[in-house]
Amino acid sequence: MGSKTGVYICEGCGIGDCMDVGALATAAAEFGAAAVKTGRAFCLEDAATIRQDVGEQQLDGVVIAACSPRVNRDRFRFEVEGGPPVHVQRVNIREQVAWSQPAGAEPTQQMAEDLLKMGMAAEKAAKSPRPFTEAHEETVLVVGGGPAGLSAAVSAADAGYFVVLVEKEAELGGFARFLHRQYPTLPPYQDLEPIALEQWIGELAAHPRIEVRTHARLTGIGGQPGAFVATIESGGERQEVTVGSVVMATGFRLAGPDQLTRYGLGRLTDVVTSLDLEHMSAEGRIRRPSNQEEPKRVAIVACDRSADRDYAPYAGNVTSMVSLKQALYVRAAYPEAQVFVVYEDMQAPGHHELFYRHLQEDPGIFFVRGQVETVEASDNGAVTLMVGGTVLGSPVTLAVDLVVLAAGMIPTATADGEAPPLALRYLQGGDIPTRPFGFADSHFLCFPYETRRTGIYTAGVVHRSLDLPQSRRDGAAAAAKAVQVVEQAALGAAVHPRVGDLGYPEFFMQKCTACGRCTQECPFGALELDAAHHPVINPNRCRRCGICMGACPVQIISFPDYSVHALSEMAKQVSMPEDDEEQLRILVFACENDAYPALDMVGFNHLAYPATMRVVPVRCLGAVNSVTVSDAIANGYDGVALLGCKAGDDYQCHFIQGSELLGRRMTNVRETLDRLALESERVQVLETTIADAHRLPEVLQQFADGIAAVGPNPMKGF
Amino acid sequence: MATFAPPASGYDSILVIGGGIAGITAALEAAELGSDVFLVEKMPYLGGRVAQLARYFPKLCPPTCGIEINLRRLRDNPRVHLLTNAEVASIEGAPGAFDVAVTVEPRYVNDRCTACGACVDVCPVERPNAFNYGMDTTKAIYIGHEMAYPMKYAIDEQTCLGEECGRCVAACPYDAIDLAMKPQSVSLQVGAVVVATGWKPYDASAIVNLAFGHYPNIVTNVMLERMAADTGPTGGKIARPSDGRPVNRVAFIQCAGSRDRLHLSYCSGICCLGSLKQATYILDRNPEAEVYIYYIDLRTPGTYEPFADRVMARPHVHAVKGKVADILWDDESGDLSVVADDMVQGHMSRIPVDLVVLATGMEPSLSDHRPAMPAVLDHDGFVLDTGEDRGVYAAGCAREPMDVATATMDATAAAMMAVRSIRKSTVR
Repeated sequence: MGSKTGVYICEGCGIGDCMDVGALATAAAEFGAAAVKTGRAFCLEDAATIRQDVGEQQLDGVVIAACSPRVNRDRFRFEVEGGPPVHVQRVNIREQVAWSQPAGAEPTQQMAEDLLKMGMAAEKAAKSPRPFTEAHEETVLVVGGGPAGLSAAVSAADAGYFVVLVEKEAELGGFARFLHRQYPTLPPYQDLEPIALEQWIGELAAHPRIEVRTHARLTGIGGQPGAFVATIESGGERQEVTVGSVVMATGFRLAGPDQLTRYGLGRLTDVVTSLDLEHMSAEGRIRRPSNQEEPKRVAIVACDRSADRDYAPYAGNVTSMVSLKQALYVRAAYPEAQVFVVYEDMQAPGHHELFYRHLQEDPGIFFVRGQVETVEASDNGAVTLMVGGTVLGSPVTLAVDLVVLAAGMIPTATADGEAPPLALRYLQGGDIPTRPFGFADSHFLCFPYETRRTGIYTAGVVHRSLDLPQSRRDGAAAAAKAVQVVEQAALGAAVHPRVGDLGYPEFFMQKCTACGRCTQECPFGALELDAAHHPVINPNRCRRCGICMGACPVQIISFPDYSVHALSEMAKQVSMPEDDEEQLRILVFACENDAYPALDMVGFNHLAYPATMRVVPVRCLGAVNSVTVSDAIANGYDGVALLGCKAGDDYQCHFIQGSELLGRRMTNVRETLDRLALESERVQVLETTIADAHRLPEVLQQFADGIAAVGPNPMKGF
Repeated sequence: MATFAPPASGYDSILVIGGGIAGITAALEAAELGSDVFLVEKMPYLGGRVAQLARYFPKLCPPTCGIEINLRRLRDNPRVHLLTNAEVASIEGAPGAFDVAVTVEPRYVNDRCTACGACVDVCPVERPNAFNYGMDTTKAIYIGHEMAYPMKYAIDEQTCLGEECGRCVAACPYDAIDLAMKPQSVSLQVGAVVVATGWKPYDASAIVNLAFGHYPNIVTNVMLERMAADTGPTGGKIARPSDGRPVNRVAFIQCAGSRDRLHLSYCSGICCLGSLKQATYILDRNPEAEVYIYYIDLRTPGTYEPFADRVMARPHVHAVKGKVADILWDDESGDLSVVADDMVQGHMSRIPVDLVVLATGMEPSLSDHRPAMPAVLDHDGFVLDTGEDRGVYAAGCAREPMDVATATMDATAAAMMAVRSIRKSTVR
């Protein structure tokens, strides 16, 4: 770009009242713009001027100094007839200058001029991306044939995709095969419902686009979205299939004696799991295992005390609901039987409450709130439970014929000592990364289907603690993402969160030192190594965060439209007043997802931030290279602030590890500064959120005051 | 916004009703699957109830963080056609061919608005700010909230003095204000529908013994969210509404309306976690404060138990298992006392507090206002999944009470069901 750039400077929304727009135009012309115009409202009528210039002057780039790039994106799209869209670079002189700096002041004018030149430098450095469009296989691989997997398969196939479903057992159905009934899903929420497993399996069998492999095992997945290569082993044969994306629905295992010995499982014959009771109910024979007699008193334990959270810190609502359902099994089989449901907090959210209330009216069901302390055999053959913490104050002793434990579900996302469920052929390992409870997703709240392996989505209990109807919906949703990723791959475009982004990292390999850091730091495992230990990009695995670019110690990684070079060219444009204690210069790298919008809100609320600061938006703090920061200090900036998201277990970084990695890099930069006898407090990472607009002015002022206290950068002018 | 001309769709597009987190998610997921989507929102901006939350549990992160990413997806996706100030009047037809009538109420501000704010300075009228549950005011010309999308002003026709005032019209440099704007009817053709109409807080004043509306120091959970937000009526300060004094003792009353045959018979599912989250708002501002949570069951479905454990383990958090019988008020001091049947201690307890927060439940938005559409609703107004494919798919709290993390999953599923329903008939 940059051979013919048009620069358009808006006077509207108070910009013209705040700064000398004509002087900005002069600066743009001096910088080498092919066309420079000022206007009253480029988002309205004046857009026609830009469109006209683009057409007549064959501009290949447009710089718009006006409002924030967060607004009016649709109004600033221009193309030469038949050509691709013209590269548009926005310069934010509304929210971040006119609305947040004093009008008519020299430092305000200087800030606007600096930002304009920075934008022009960025535009000049940008190249047109050439999308990678070579992989778009319209087939979804579904791993696991339980309720979630079946739903995912039929959803993707109905949407027009081919599906290969791999199930390790001889039959489809997963855990649902063992379930006798499910708890009610429709008003009046009183009656147990049959499970339509045969119908779900039938939908697959009838579908022309679904191929089912039972008794089959996945022994490897390599490649990338649009062209994963999966190795499937079945009956001693091994076959490779190419698929566009993967839905992982490998389910869970039920807690067993290892987790439930405190309740007597494995120790006492008449203590069974909820799965055992499903089997007994399905066979119509609920009996005491010890003597095959009909139980008259049954205790069902919801297993929701805090000690159970060691193995399943999430099972609460499913185990509660299973306890309620199974109480009805016993009552239906033996109308004279008494059932004691032992629970700590009855997790019956939503309409489940109505089922719970219905059971409370059953004269044969007794709800005992408390924690099971001991489970022992008594001399008469009964099992005795001691329940503490009850509403009666003293412990309650229950003597029963049968104890049923509503065992928790443990997700099988990772190998955990067994064969890895996906067997990824990724440099970063065979397992999909999981969150603390073992569920495989990366953005728990807002973007529930994101994982750290692009193109691989999870559904069912491997994804969340879900019950059967929820798992079915989850399967459909994961299939949606699996189809989307292939459609995006066909365009060469990124998926979440930079949906549609076309450029991907390029490597200037002659200078690569084969250190491998980029491959280690990529949160998505997008990079592999070749025989010479040089990185190899899988473009469709890449989310375009730029963390690899920030990681590379020799700065050989860049995007066509985003690079270390471009950032450093931007930094160089800033006026650097010498020997002026009043006029320090602070470079602010702001995460464009959260910190940058928060800065916009500073302006929207007509609050102020220090006029000494120059803000550069970055895709993720993790995309900031140590060298960019140390160069800024070497080039005379008095301070560098890195404004980004919370790191750690409850990270708010959209790229998972960006802020954490940056934090580590900056520790190194600060050590270097100390070694050079340059005060390390010149460089600081400031954690912020998008909602912090009202706190940011103070935080930034404090940082600026700190820099002022340290004094001007002694490197200035060298 | 002035006139909406729907693109010719030929019944293969999707209607999403409701622009809260479920509706935004469903619209984007369907659009990124390649469908044209009409997103119909009755407010002048997107975001729904989540835009009014200060933080999400369990990460205690701001909702605008995820919304910002979604709005970027939306701005960049020409397949999503947004109608704000709009309500669906009726839906007729069958899967694959629905005719939809939409009424677009006048915004009185057109697409030329740049959000420069010149109008606000001259507007002479104040209105109660519904976004902050009436705890402060805005001018009659207002922007929904600072992260609103579209970032355009709107006029509240109830309070606007109209053309005889007209000061905003004169002040607007861009001819963006049109006080003569009229309601508009729009007809859409779609192949499938996602109902993401969400919820509203249950009317706390209906719960007589909890005295909401009688004493100013009794607020609801949704009000506390606004009080805790930097952008809220108190700038993030949590103080007693009666006298602005600091809050040292707070009672959260769970199931205020929920699990109660006289009010909402179901469990709203999120209020326990909501109160635990709000306990952190109180304690993060005043670590010496005492927090009492009155509950029946502490419901922490899904993976929220560790979050609940973490909050409950904080000093000064006290859980009281029992129903609240009465709230007493001292006129002079403004102090309140909560009288409850403490089931664990086995006696009535009476605890003095500065502030009572009612954890009011979720009522479906369709409880009293239902467009004619081919869907089965229960008597509360939740859309049921009867297993029969009607081409109309509910998502989020229109279906049942759920938290944000579940609603986004639910909406993604509904988007896929809608896309499937259309493609099934067109793909061989």
